[in-house]
Amino acid sequence: MFKNLSDRLEPILKKLKGRGKLNEENIRESLREIRIALLEADVNFKIVKGFIARIADKAVGSEVMESLTPGHQVVKIVHEELIHLLGSESSQITFSRQPPTIILMVGLQGSGKTTSAAKLAKKLKDEGEKPFLVPADVYRPAAIEQLNILGEKLDAEVFATNEQKDPVKICRNACAEAIEKGLNPIIIDTAGRLHVDEKLMKELKNIKVEIEPHEILLVADAMTGQEAVNIAQSFDNSLGIDGIILTKMDGDARGGAALSIREITGKPIKFIGVGEKLEALEAFHPDRLASRILGMGDVLSLIEKAKSTVSNDSAEDLYKKIKKDTFSLEDFKNQLAQIKKMGPLDKLMGMLPGMKGLKNIKIDDKAIVRTEAIINSMTSKERLKHQIINGNRKKRIAKGSGTHVSDVNRLLKQFVQSKKMMNKFSKMNLKNGLGMQR
Amino acid sequence: MQFAVIISVMATQQKSGYLSSLKKGLSKTKSALAGGMDKIIFKAKKVDESLMIDKLEELLISADLGVKFTLQVLNDLRKDIKERKIKESREIKDFLKEKISGMLTKKNAEILCRNDSPHTVMVVGVNGSGKTTTIGKLAYQYSCEDKKVLLAAGDTFRAAAIKQLQIWAERTCSDFISHQDGADPSAVVFDSMKAAKARGKDILIIDTAGRLHTNTNLMEQLKKIKRVICKEMEDGPHEILLIMDATTGQNGLSQAKMFHEALHLTGIVLTKLDSTSKGGIVVQIIDELKVPVKYIGIGEGLEDLKVFNPEEFANALF
Repeated sequence: MFKNLSDRLEPILKKLKGRGKLNEENIRESLREIRIALLEADVNFKIVKGFIARIADKAVGSEVMESLTPGHQVVKIVHEELIHLLGSESSQITFSRQPPTIILMVGLQGSGKTTSAAKLAKKLKDEGEKPFLVPADVYRPAAIEQLNILGEKLDAEVFATNEQKDPVKICRNACAEAIEKGLNPIIIDTAGRLHVDEKLMKELKNIKVEIEPHEILLVADAMTGQEAVNIAQSFDNSLGIDGIILTKMDGDARGGAALSIREITGKPIKFIGVGEKLEALEAFHPDRLASRILGMGDVLSLIEKAKSTVSNDSAEDLYKKIKKDTFSLEDFKNQLAQIKKMGPLDKLMGMLPGMKGLKNIKIDDKAIVRTEAIINSMTSKERLKHQIINGNRKKRIAKGSGTHVSDVNRLLKQFVQSKKMMNKFSKMNLKNGLGMQR
Repeated sequence: MQFAVIISVMATQQKSGYLSSLKKGLSKTKSALAGGMDKIIFKAKKVDESLMIDKLEELLISADLGVKFTLQVLNDLRKDIKERKIKESREIKDFLKEKISGMLTKKNAEILCRNDSPHTVMVVGVNGSGKTTTIGKLAYQYSCEDKKVLLAAGDTFRAAAIKQLQIWAERTCSDFISHQDGADPSAVVFDSMKAAKARGKDILIIDTAGRLHTNTNLMEQLKKIKRVICKEMEDGPHEILLIMDATTGQNGLSQAKMFHEALHLTGIVLTKLDSTSKGGIVVQIIDELKVPVKYIGIGEGLEDLKVFNPEEFANALF
């Protein structure tokens, strides 16, 4: 199986780290490897060229000579250059001063426009806005219905496109309705189209002229190959895009398309799609992706996730309990529920540094469900004082939860272990360590 | 029957004919590559090795043929130049064309069309690759051959996926089996197999929800669907087609590998080849997995599905 960009760069950089002094020759060898890695990651060859040239420029020369550890210097340069390439700041939707803000989603067929439109609506709704979804894809069968269903799911208003067949008119009418109803922002889902389809590109231009959107977001598939450059450039040239949503980032695509699109358009990647659920849209952080590419893990994202799902009160409460050693199975269960809220386990694992080797281990989310079932089958006394659970009780619990005694035993062992670990952490100041409290 | 199909085609489709749309689709692919190729090669008559190889490398990589594969092909080319088998720059084009079409031809298998019915086709792929649209086109093709087609709405996950397939079923005059949203896809498949037999259908095409190949649980779900089919029908499913977007880069190999591992694919359908993408990733896939490309999608119309022709594909590349 292919190696990830980070997996690929790791040994190369280790090789560099291991050497006392860098000469032009061994830099060249490493640069060659980095080049192959980037090309395998689907970074466009032109961009790779520029990237390698910049690295070479910076690596060979005075900077390295002056540095005591040349290896570290190269790592630093590659990292910085990656961040530079990905854009140096994370950006959000720019709201118009005069509402409503109009957001237009464009892209190829199957890139994920409709799903992303719904995810974006959910995100903005959670932030307190009143989004208005507008299905303007009159071509793909059932596309309008798809957005209607998604809108219903997240309880957002959807424009009644009905039998209207002209996307330009749909957009105009929808904008009028949004103003009337005081909805903001307007998120317009357009039909997928190939960037070489002049007729349909013209249609987008007409929409743009008609409604003057504030944000035109190009939705692009992270698995796109060398073509990403042409796609991004065509859309940017004909419409002038404002940002990019990179979808399907939860796969094993190395996402070189992100580097390509970013470099060729100069427009920021604003969000990334990381799963099938409507919550699976994250802000894009160039520094984090660069770190992830270099195998440094993605701890920051994890902390942010924890922050958004764990309320400060419950974190404080938990902290006290651990300190007083009254952490019970009931609390354990609540913790599991919160972890579940944070997303699939294997995704969380991928964010932790040093967990790369475990990537291929299957993590069954159902294990959490099973554990919860076991705890639910315990009496409240048992939950508070796990020591009283004897053989007979175990048998009853196993029966009640549809599991085996061995499962109950495993859970108890896990619980004791985590209790021990939490104690240790609490001595290291758990509150700040887990970033649960500001 | 035929009438109904034609009428529905007329209603949904005002595009140009089959042949011209194929040409249109492929010509974009061709011009992007061949244009570049000729520019590189015919500039100089004599072989200017290092410069030319650099350029060729860029050309092949930009067609998504992959860096490893490209380096390997160019190494062979270099050898041939050294051994003076290739003297003129023009020969290089033939060398590459031969090399790639040879690889595609060797591994390309015939399209299975057995007599036992219903001929069962399972369609899988990542999200947004074009599964449902391809099924519509396939159903149309079979309908044109006067086959009785049943479509099974195995994508019970994505919003309105069932409706989307239903519209294609109506357009192609195929029968249609579905459960409600969120139902177990295996149950839909089971019912559709029973129905296909009972109604004497010739062809059963099963849609599945798009899934990333890295999602273990969802891949297990696909295996289960296959098991359900096998249980009902000893030699089924007759076809398991992986639908792949031609704009996919090197991740396509990973996709094909994992779907192949899980299901043992019988073929690949390369969609959206009417863009400027070259779909070069399939060369690697065919080379490594020996899974043939069976069809290519070259447009949004019902008839925009074409049997894959290795020579044509290689010719279009160079």
